[in-house]
Amino acid sequence: MIFTVAHKELRALFSSPLAWILLALVQILLTWVFLGRLDAFLQVQPQLVQIANPPGFTEIIVMPVFALAAILLLMITPLLTMRQLAEERKNHTLVLLLSAPISVTEIVLGKFLGLMVFLLSIIALIVALSMTLLAGGTLDFGLLISGAVGLFLLVCCFVALGLYVSSLTAQPVIAAIGVLGVLVGFWLIDLVASDYEGWIHYFSIFKHFEQFNNGLLDSLSVVYFILFTSLFLLLTVRRLDGERLYG
Amino acid sequence: MTNEPVPLTLSAKHLQRNYGNHQAVQNITLELRRGEVLGLLGPNGAGKTTTLRMITGNLAPSAGSIEICGVDLLNNPREAKAYLGYLPEMPPLYFDMTVDEYLRFVARLHRVEKQRIPHLLESSKIRCGLPDRGRQLIGTLSKGLQQRVGIAQAIIHEPDVIILDEPTVGLDPNQMRELRELIQDLRKSCSIILSTHILSEVEWACDRVHIMHEGRMVLSETLAGLKQKGINLETVFTQLTQQTVPVQ
Repeated sequence: MIFTVAHKELRALFSSPLAWILLALVQILLTWVFLGRLDAFLQVQPQLVQIANPPGFTEIIVMPVFALAAILLLMITPLLTMRQLAEERKNHTLVLLLSAPISVTEIVLGKFLGLMVFLLSIIALIVALSMTLLAGGTLDFGLLISGAVGLFLLVCCFVALGLYVSSLTAQPVIAAIGVLGVLVGFWLIDLVASDYEGWIHYFSIFKHFEQFNNGLLDSLSVVYFILFTSLFLLLTVRRLDGERLYG
Repeated sequence: MTNEPVPLTLSAKHLQRNYGNHQAVQNITLELRRGEVLGLLGPNGAGKTTTLRMITGNLAPSAGSIEICGVDLLNNPREAKAYLGYLPEMPPLYFDMTVDEYLRFVARLHRVEKQRIPHLLESSKIRCGLPDRGRQLIGTLSKGLQQRVGIAQAIIHEPDVIILDEPTVGLDPNQMRELRELIQDLRKSCSIILSTHILSEVEWACDRVHIMHEGRMVLSETLAGLKQKGINLETVFTQLTQQTVPVQ
């Protein structure tokens, strides 16, 4: 049943221009940055040769691209999640799901899965972009994989939070703005609190992502991402269940 | 009537629903047997939709119990809901899907086996007068056709209990007649609850009628019984729903 819902979400996404435009735009923007970094790398290459143990392609080109991809995903995930439950409610189709022999958990997980498959295709394209560097040298695959896993976990958090906010309202636009606001808030934690090592950093999604992007698979960060995602998925289920009980 | 008891498909006992201090539905008891069509009548705001939402598992009752084909809806919702087909007041349609895509999705949601889906898809489209609309986007259909897709959605998985909340809204007289024929056809295999505030709909389609007013059941009678007593449905409806104190 989870797959039935996920399949429907994916179909709906790919039959609308939104998904294709997002895929194209993300790819164009990232390729632009990618080429810019490649240019910079080629300029400093002669000096790099003189350093012992110089940074390679992956550190100089791929990691900045991944860091930018994280910000881009922060901006596009709300556009994708806003439709989910808010629009179902607005078009009265939520009733169809709720009166079908399927549990609320399955509905929420199905929607989560559908969106994750779509966003994974964006991550796959970013990784594919980085792989083109293999034409001219070698990549640090450990770093690349760690960055991709970080991006994946980061997106899990975005989607779970997006679904929750979407379950609170019947207005897709309000859902989008709500999620964007919260996510930008998380991003700002870094900027505001960058000068000291405070407890607040434990709550920063991007601080944890940075760990991955530096090639550090920190179990604390993994736990943070998993807890964040499960918490908001659970809240979404509770919210939809609550509607049945109190609504 | 034969002496052999016809099995109960739906039994709701002493349903109650509160919104804060307001009691939207009080002590409603409904029973439905196979092959029966029950008309749920009442003025707007009488609690019809609230009652139907409780029976379909969209709203939890504050008190009372609901059994569908012998399965408790509150304790075992997944099993119980499989017996239900529901057309809400607003048909739950995805406008960016084609009719075929949509009906196939609904069938899968109701756990219909994969090999039966093509057959059920065709038969439900024919029953609802949509045989050549399969590839059309739902959003481009007229209101009447959308309503028919809504009905097709409620019957595609061959449920035992079909609940139609104001199904004739937006239909022209010809389509209403077709709906009447469809209901006569459906009752051979299942039982139907028809909620409406149009009295003539009840007279042509139903065996029994329940009238609700201010959240209470004020009349529960078979149409044949009404006829026998020489009571006109319209008179009794006006009588019962214009006074605030309900007649027991």
